Amino acid sequence: MPMLEVENIHSYYGNIHALKGVSLTVEKGEIVTLIGGNGAGKTTTLRSISGILKPLEGTVRFEGEDLAPFKPHKLVAKGISMVPEGRGIFSRLTVAENLDMGAYVRSDKAEIKVDLERVFTLLPRLKERRSQVAGTLSGGEQQMLATGRALMARPRLLLMDEPSMGLAPVLVESIFEKIVEINQEGMTILLVEQNALMALSIAHRGYVMQTGEIVLHDKASNLQTNKMVQKAYLGME
Amino acid sequence: MTNKSTLKQLFSAGLINGGIIIFLGLVGMIETFSQRDIVSGLVSMGFILLFLPFFVFGYSIAKKEPDQSLRTVLFAGGLTGLVAGFTTALLPILGQFVNIRDMFMNASPTLYSILNFNQGIYLGGLILMIVSGIIGALGAGFLLIPPRLRNAFLQAVVWTVLLGLMRDLLIVMIARWGAISYIFRWIFASSGLTITGALVIFFLVGVVYYWRSGKKQDLPVKKILSKKQKNIRFGKLVAAVILMLLLPQILGIYFSEILDNVGIYILMGLGLNIVIGFAGLLDLGYVAFFAIGAYVVGVLTSPEMGVIQITFWQALPFALLASVTAGVILGLPVLKMRGDYLAIVTLGFGEIIRLLSLSDWLRPYLGGTQGIQRIARPFIGSLELKTQGQLYYLIVAAILIAGFIAWRLKDSHMGRSWMAMREDEDVAQAMGINLVATKLSAFATGAFFAGLAGAIFAAKLSSAYPQSMNLMVSINVLCLIIVGGMGSIPGVFVGALVLMGSPELLREFSEFRYLVYGALLVVMMLVRPEGLWPEARRKLELHESMEPDALPNDIPTVTENPAG
Ligand SMILES: Nc1ncnc2c1ncn2[C@@H]1O[C@H](COP(=O)(O)OP(=O)(O)OP(=O)(O)O)[C@@H](O)[C@H]1O
Ligand SMILES: [Mg+2]
Repeated sequence: MPMLEVENIHSYYGNIHALKGVSLTVEKGEIVTLIGGNGAGKTTTLRSISGILKPLEGTVRFEGEDLAPFKPHKLVAKGISMVPEGRGIFSRLTVAENLDMGAYVRSDKAEIKVDLERVFTLLPRLKERRSQVAGTLSGGEQQMLATGRALMARPRLLLMDEPSMGLAPVLVESIFEKIVEINQEGMTILLVEQNALMALSIAHRGYVMQTGEIVLHDKASNLQTNKMVQKAYLGME
Repeated sequence: MTNKSTLKQLFSAGLINGGIIIFLGLVGMIETFSQRDIVSGLVSMGFILLFLPFFVFGYSIAKKEPDQSLRTVLFAGGLTGLVAGFTTALLPILGQFVNIRDMFMNASPTLYSILNFNQGIYLGGLILMIVSGIIGALGAGFLLIPPRLRNAFLQAVVWTVLLGLMRDLLIVMIARWGAISYIFRWIFASSGLTITGALVIFFLVGVVYYWRSGKKQDLPVKKILSKKQKNIRFGKLVAAVILMLLLPQILGIYFSEILDNVGIYILMGLGLNIVIGFAGLLDLGYVAFFAIGAYVVGVLTSPEMGVIQITFWQALPFALLASVTAGVILGLPVLKMRGDYLAIVTLGFGEIIRLLSLSDWLRPYLGGTQGIQRIARPFIGSLELKTQGQLYYLIVAAILIAGFIAWRLKDSHMGRSWMAMREDEDVAQAMGINLVATKLSAFATGAFFAGLAGAIFAAKLSSAYPQSMNLMVSINVLCLIIVGGMGSIPGVFVGALVLMGSPELLREFSEFRYLVYGALLVVMMLVRPEGLWPEARRKLELHESMEPDALPNDIPTVTENPAG
């Protein structure tokens, strides 16, 4: 049984048909990437999974359970954490408070402390800056913070929306290294990216999305050599 | 020396300064305030209002001078003052030829003669210019005095002026003290302070402050308190509490009345601070819950309303319940709204409640324009709380409870979800926060505090009128939160004391209340946007002082790089 199973979902913004039957699966322990150009519907897919946008058709199952009846805020407790697009940190709270908010639904104080240490080991920059107001962090640090905060919920599935957005290439590389590290510790990750080159280099499998539909699905290594992907997303002729 | 661009600055500062004084004159403040003596026969409040701007402008223009030598500083201040005085002197001259009074009824001969030192427009204008130049230079020179002396001087002036302003009230208060009162009598003249009184206060405060500010410097860092210091601290706290409990006895009826009103605003401020400061929901109809609290107590306790007649304490839970319910009812339709839309809808809600209380339709139940009279006062045992002094204790008790609740809520799970929601609703939801519950709880808690304030208010006046439930109440509460510091609990107390207390102390003031509020808010936003007693976080955010070399060099700079 796949950990996450999205089956033929249709989502709408008013009468804009944003997702036209999207299906995808994520197995336990995988990094699966969803790539595609601007406006393809990647963020919409994540919003539909988390229930912020309710799909009008189709199902989303997490560990076999249909997510449709759950309100979006119930998802964290179920084991799904989101790193929102554009970093979405609480910019007026400090780094430590942001991380604290990540563990909002948990009450196991001792375990939270353990996880905080783990996040600090993984992302040492956050430890240095723990009492700094998050809005004053650099873009890369903010992305680390959003990631660390999502981990504080101790999820089993991590949904990441364009962690590379607006970052310099060096930083993108270090963020992606962290993603691999997180995955190697056992985290399952669904990674939405425009930066197909980077995403495919770390993912196990990939889905290619265009105007609300999945047009390709294969192992990441195969997608890297796929002519169409190379032309459209990797800028190769 | 002074180059062309600084000259230009001096002139424009002088013009602005003159403009301000002309404005203060035309709205009538200078004339009204000149009837209020600070030092009997010598200095009036109008006099201070007229000359203080020259001083302040002289000071701040000198502060901007790159060259801080005595000569340039005095020159800058003096010139600014001169220009300002010249600008001001134009008003009476203009008034001679044009009838300004048609437009500005405060452009009276009295105002002109104040501006002209009673010497006619030309000679008077000249004197004004000379005086303003000198004051401007003095203001500039003030900058060069050592800070410790400067602060002591400022404190001394502020205290002298305050005591002079409050003379009428202080006299009444002192009269209650029996024999000791004679020690203080000689300080006060028939209006304002006597000259000796003013001098004594000035030097006393100045010397004490100077001496204390010198002592403070060699105090150790505050963080770690020795046992002795802790004891001292505890002692101070006990003393403060005792003083607070004795206040009505010491101060008398008039002050108690003011304290009661301030207290009711503190209660409301604590509530609105939760809604706006903690949860970030801009609620402009806050008075509605106050009205509901007051009216429920009214309807249930007044014999006029014929429904039932119960005691204040029996009615209070119903009043609170009604306000909280109203809070939830208001919250439901606005769940999806943010910022300005929320503000407009809540504003409308406040008006609806007021209009309902005013309506003929509900007159049999709410009394229409006449409101409700003969509302029951609270009893404690067989003692009816009815004087200002007695009600003071009820209000203090309510504030203590409300303050404690607010303080505990702030760091609670709920407090954190309010804060997260204020920052970003979508992300808060992604953290597992139930937005519906969080929003409704903020509205409900805020409404609870306002309902409590309203209930006490109704019992205090023993009546409830639609007129006292108007929009200005909401605006006042909002202003006091902003002035005190958004999201700060001590800020609510400070804001309420400053905004609600001071106009009561200065009756001439109340005419210009909203003018002063407006000016105060603008100045606050420029000088101290975080409020008078800000929350630690806001201070961090608005005045973060990160030295550039504290940043490690190995962080690559972030550039916009739309990957694709
Ligand atoms: N709130 C909304 N209301 C209406 N249309 C929307 C809304 N959000 C997204 N859309 C539309 O839905 C389509 C898919 O948007 P989506 O945000 O999912 O794209 P994306 O693949 O995440 O793009 P990007 O890589 O630029 O973030 C776009 O055409 C977009 O204009
Ligand atoms: Mg997107």
